[in-house]
Amino acid sequence: MALLQIAEPGLSAAPHQHRLAVGIDLGTTNSLVATVRSGSAVVLPDEQGRNLLPSVVRYAPDGDTVVGYAAQAEQSRDAANTVVSVKRFMGRGLVDIQDVGRSPYRFVDAPGMVQLVTRAGNKSPVEVSADILRTLKERAERSLGGDLVGAVITVPAYFDDAQRQATKDAARLAGLNVLRLLNEPTAAAIAYGLDNDSEGTYVVYDLGGGTFDVSVLALSRGVFEVLATSGDSSLGGDDFDHRIYCWILEQASLHGLTAQDTRLLLTRAREAKEALSEHASTRITALLSDGLTVDLELSQATFHDISKTLLDKTLLPVRKALRDAKITIDDVKGVVMVGGATRMPQVQKAVGDFFGRPPLTNLDPDKVVALGAAIQADVLAGNKGGEDWLLLDVIPLSLGIETMGGLAEKIIPRNSTIPVARAQEFTTFKDGQTAMSIHVLQGERELVADCRSLAKFVLRGIPPMVAGAARIRVTFQVDADGLLSVTARELTSGVEAHIEVKPSYGLSDDEISRMLTESMTHVQDDINARKLREAIVDAESLIAAIHAALEVDGDLLAAEERAELDGALAGLHTAIAPQQTREVNAATQRLNQISEPFAARRMDRNIQRALKGKNIGAL
Amino acid sequence: MSADFSQDHFALFQLPRRFRIDAAQLDSAWRTAAAAAHPDRFAAAGDAEKRVALMQATRINEAYQTLKSPLARARYLLTLAGVDTAEETNTSMPPAFLMAQMEWRESIEDARHGKDVAALEALTAQLRGDVKALEEELATVLDDAPDHAAAALLVRKLRFLEKLDQEIGDAIEALLY
Repeated sequence: MALLQIAEPGLSAAPHQHRLAVGIDLGTTNSLVATVRSGSAVVLPDEQGRNLLPSVVRYAPDGDTVVGYAAQAEQSRDAANTVVSVKRFMGRGLVDIQDVGRSPYRFVDAPGMVQLVTRAGNKSPVEVSADILRTLKERAERSLGGDLVGAVITVPAYFDDAQRQATKDAARLAGLNVLRLLNEPTAAAIAYGLDNDSEGTYVVYDLGGGTFDVSVLALSRGVFEVLATSGDSSLGGDDFDHRIYCWILEQASLHGLTAQDTRLLLTRAREAKEALSEHASTRITALLSDGLTVDLELSQATFHDISKTLLDKTLLPVRKALRDAKITIDDVKGVVMVGGATRMPQVQKAVGDFFGRPPLTNLDPDKVVALGAAIQADVLAGNKGGEDWLLLDVIPLSLGIETMGGLAEKIIPRNSTIPVARAQEFTTFKDGQTAMSIHVLQGERELVADCRSLAKFVLRGIPPMVAGAARIRVTFQVDADGLLSVTARELTSGVEAHIEVKPSYGLSDDEISRMLTESMTHVQDDINARKLREAIVDAESLIAAIHAALEVDGDLLAAEERAELDGALAGLHTAIAPQQTREVNAATQRLNQISEPFAARRMDRNIQRALKGKNIGAL
Repeated sequence: MSADFSQDHFALFQLPRRFRIDAAQLDSAWRTAAAAAHPDRFAAAGDAEKRVALMQATRINEAYQTLKSPLARARYLLTLAGVDTAEETNTSMPPAFLMAQMEWRESIEDARHGKDVAALEALTAQLRGDVKALEEELATVLDDAPDHAAAALLVRKLRFLEKLDQEIGDAIEALLY
């Protein structure tokens, strides 16, 4: 991409100042935070030097919220108040959760998303995830010595809209500015692609603690293009633990275990799984609450046998992704392994056998996602020109609406490159119909009942007409984070209805700010000081960006437009001086508004210039 | 005052307005334009720039999707020429084409019942051959000897074949997964 001679409008803002940004891998089993320091991505350890933060949150009797290893240590003793694998519950209703009985938690079905009953009250998975994110944020700020500008948070590529929204809500609740939600396999490819300078079609096989993702990526000339993604949002290393756990129950003829014993044996199962990555066999011992002792020997071969169906289950989405990407195994240049579960020898062997080549394992499979996210965060925060590479992502699941007869009509097909917008026209089916209900769906199946319901809203005020005369245009817009908003408009009358799809599953802005306030341990003054500081930082970087833009493209403005823009700039300068948050924000907003036409013209010029540079270069 | 949305998709990518296009050139132009306007470039920018980037990137992707697919590209060329392909309203088809359709459906049904994935894959290959032939015809009536009515009929035929392709794909997925 060296041919491109484009000024980077957003990135030229403040070239000298390093902005602290992190990448966060919010995993089912473990979470990590990484950053780019002196040009290379590193995972930030805790004060004891440990890289991983177990994604475990305990609500302790003394009212404390304990996160990580300390919480994990109490897991078997206090199972009901120690939340593990909360990621499985993100954006999920009670009906979505498999094996509620197998879980040590008591769930209540709150509107949209389940909540867990703990001694600290009912906790939504968003709140629990926010506790994990807050711990990582504090770790990063302590280790980097300053406030974070923002974070890139990774999600499984297979996450649907509700799960993505829940993740974003959790980040906001933790006080993090989300620069971008990034698909985990894509983050892995960033980490690998940049380090190894690869070109070609790659498959990312990501078997994490609780989710399985497979992505097909095309890497060429610094562009990462996601060709297809598939996966299973409830399949992961935990399931391998569970197979061992079931094997223990069977071998030792155990039944009717207490929640505490269940936890203990699951922990032993996990330890056995990890041991079997290094050794041919391992011993499993446990003392149960009724005094019974478990003492068993598990061999790698037996483990392989009892987990074989799980391995086969991962290969189905792999086939599907290859099919979607319209490629065959022979087209694949390499397979990247991600997720701690890919350390299991039988996983590496199964993948190697399927693709006819050994998979790439030279980066630590636990860290690779966080490292990739950190690299992306560094670019998005504006520390590094993004001209070296660019990420073109796709939506994982088709989006559509319900039509007559309970059928789903796709509006945006899966694997469309985002951002994307698509409109479709519908009509009324009854004479004099004045309202139309819009039911937004996500999924590949034909029947509404088989798809995930994202939102329902009603377009009212349609003028009465004969059936079929009204023209209702439904527009779907998916932004670069993969989040959807839907607009319905009756074209003859101009009546409009709009919804940000953060439906029953998302939190409203009010709920977020209420939770934020509740969770704040600072006094009000601190919060206000912080808000002011953030407002001024935003204002100053906007001023710098516009000055930089004027220097390059000032000729795009007529004299009076330039005068108006200069006025808004001066206005913002004036507003910063008296240090009033509200005035600063208002003046920032005004400057943004006035500079929009300028931004649009610059964008056009940049695109045209980029294409010209290209065409000349190609001659 | 906002971005120049009046440009057609071909002009946007600086490509000649015709059916036969150089796929590699389109890909390359799309990547370049998408790279210049991608919202990731503006994550640290002001709200105005973010909004404009989102709009432009969306439009660039839409233009690319339209030009990449031969069917969508033909339909778009006809729209630019003021011709309605009438895909929803005009369902009249030459009898031979309809006969062929029925035979296709029977073959798909047989293979589906026989759970014969290989046969379905073979049908896909055969169908794509037919699609190619229709696209050749489209190139002729759009670029060489313009005949809008003929082109509109070919678009409607291709639409039929596209649905068949989708049905075969669904059948394969239903059998595999």
